Amino acid sequence: MTTQIKVEVPLMADLFAKGEKPEYLFWVGSAGAFDDRYKKVTQAFVKILTHLGISYAVLGTEESSSGDVARRAGNEMLYQMQALMNIEILEGYEVEKVITCDPHVFNTFKNEYTDYGAKFEVIHHSQFLQQLIDEGKLNLDSDVFKEQKITYHDPCYLGRANGEYNAPRKVLGAIPSNLIEMKRNKSFALCCGAGGGQMFKEAEKGDKEVFIERTEDVLETNANIVATACPYCMVMMTDGLKYKNKNEEIKNYDIAELVAMSLKL
Amino acid sequence: MIKQILFAISLLITLGVFTYTSLKLIALFKLTKPAFAVKDLGKRIAVTLKVAFGQTKIMRRPVIGFMHALVWWGFLVILVGSIEMVIDGLFGTERELGFLGIAYDIIFAFGDIFALVIALLIVAFLFRRIAMNVKRFGGVEMKHKSHVDANIALSIILFLMITLLGMNTFYLIDAGLAGHEIIGIYPVSQIFASWFGGMSAETAHLFHEANWWGHILGIFFFANYLPYSKHFHVFMSVPNVFFSNLNPLGKMTNMESITKEVKLMMDPDAAFAEPTEGEEEAIERFGVMDVEDVNWKNYMDSLACTQCGRCTSVCPANLTGKLLSPRKIVMNVRERMKEKGPALVKNGKDWTDNKALLGDYITAEELWACTTCNACAQECPININQPAIILDMRRYIVMEESAAPAELNSIFSNIENNGAPWQFAQDDRMLWADDITMNQM
Repeated sequence: MTTQIKVEVPLMADLFAKGEKPEYLFWVGSAGAFDDRYKKVTQAFVKILTHLGISYAVLGTEESSSGDVARRAGNEMLYQMQALMNIEILEGYEVEKVITCDPHVFNTFKNEYTDYGAKFEVIHHSQFLQQLIDEGKLNLDSDVFKEQKITYHDPCYLGRANGEYNAPRKVLGAIPSNLIEMKRNKSFALCCGAGGGQMFKEAEKGDKEVFIERTEDVLETNANIVATACPYCMVMMTDGLKYKNKNEEIKNYDIAELVAMSLKL
Repeated sequence: MIKQILFAISLLITLGVFTYTSLKLIALFKLTKPAFAVKDLGKRIAVTLKVAFGQTKIMRRPVIGFMHALVWWGFLVILVGSIEMVIDGLFGTERELGFLGIAYDIIFAFGDIFALVIALLIVAFLFRRIAMNVKRFGGVEMKHKSHVDANIALSIILFLMITLLGMNTFYLIDAGLAGHEIIGIYPVSQIFASWFGGMSAETAHLFHEANWWGHILGIFFFANYLPYSKHFHVFMSVPNVFFSNLNPLGKMTNMESITKEVKLMMDPDAAFAEPTEGEEEAIERFGVMDVEDVNWKNYMDSLACTQCGRCTSVCPANLTGKLLSPRKIVMNVRERMKEKGPALVKNGKDWTDNKALLGDYITAEELWACTTCNACAQECPININQPAIILDMRRYIVMEESAAPAELNSIFSNIENNGAPWQFAQDDRMLWADDITMNQM
């Protein structure tokens, strides 16, 4: 018997008021909260958390930009104000473990917030899911994607920036499907074109858009699903597929969505 | 005795010129900013063994990478012979390291084989540069003189290998005819020697000496040519790898001066705290505008770069026709230091030629094309950090000139006002969670 239930997303402030302390803080990120497409990823991920009964909470309206994009666009002052503010809030709630779906947040929290004394552990959702699979808590054996060809696009800030190539592949590997690599993969992967502030501005003059070049790598594999693990990559891949008129045949999903769909949540 | 005197004079000249060059370089390094405290000796030795001696990163392109690795490993073996030549030259001895016995035989046998291997590889490299159209050897930054420089360096190496083989070959004949014991084993030169059957003792000796002098003087010349060439790489690569950025590629360096300011803003009490002794810093420029703003590691990167272009060949911006070329950025740092550095040393740090690295060498358009994907840094065989320079120049453009592209200025104000790059109210941050339903099994 399957019943529909409403997913309640716990707020840190509420739990704290009740004297409770969740194990994880889920950092939604600006894209996760505001980008229409990526909101679906956030929702898929909280469904997984709910399904597994994970003890977590979000900051809600207390959350603010990580500052990653400000920093890489040269505005160190703004970035540091964001960083120090965020750290203050996280420390206020005595947060020890942060999960995020955004590799940019992951990178800046894990490698850069430590410069201001941040001590919490930072986990990317691909690593979190992989850990659950390894512990046998997450069984993705289903036939939802059995006939599908999936290719994974490495986000720069998960891959080259932090050397995490395996976790997302292990998660995808746990879902019965046909996994196929693009010719440029792992540390050789081509950027989607959105990092370093590019997401928010017109590209400089050239003869091609980076996301189109990367979309062509996807098309070469004949995959019908391109999996991503980053909000920016998702925007770029979606645009690329549209540009190539392939958005009907090839779908772009975050690994969290693929997991949620496998679980039929 | 005359040979010893001549040799000593050549060696003194070589060392003299080299010292002069080194002192000039040290003076230029003194113009640069601090980068990081050199710690983690163990990690640094490990990365040097792996990346420099093990050649792991250049082998990301396996065929050409392995060819380079052979040249490098061969160079290391042959270096032992060069040291011996200096000893022999100074003391009038012959093959003085022969006392090493079996170790000598092995080292010199390998040196002899490597000399031939390297000579053939260098011919292949020259052919590749001159006759084959390798895309990454092109690009706006690759001027005629860059190509000439590369070909000179390769030709000198070829000359060194030929004279080394010649030296070994005629040593075998010379020593054989003079009835001396032959020290070492020379598998390749032995074959060459057999081709010169009827040679007289005098000719053999003359050829032996000529190749000996040709080889050692070639090395002396090369050593002093290198610092002025892109092939300075030979000296600078190993130190450059040793001083690698050991942090994950994604980490940007923190600007302490800004942290101080931000803390003051957030905690007004701190404003009244006594400044610590010596902390009253001079007015500092944010980011990099000109070459005196780069740190010593950026400058070292620029000296170590051999312009192989692997960085540019994987740069997403460059691949899609944008102006940015990470190799150009690194080369520009060196060129600008060469232009401005000596005048700064001579006339003091306020000297100006009304030019700057930013604007006259590197344009804002190049800098804004970077996606900070780190493909360039990942690819560099000697761990040059190209994005570090690009990002520090962006910091200058934004914080000193407020000249970011308009779209970026609006995301800055969005982040400031509503905590997100998009123009949505912070109070709306939970709207995504309003109506989520899921199946419960």
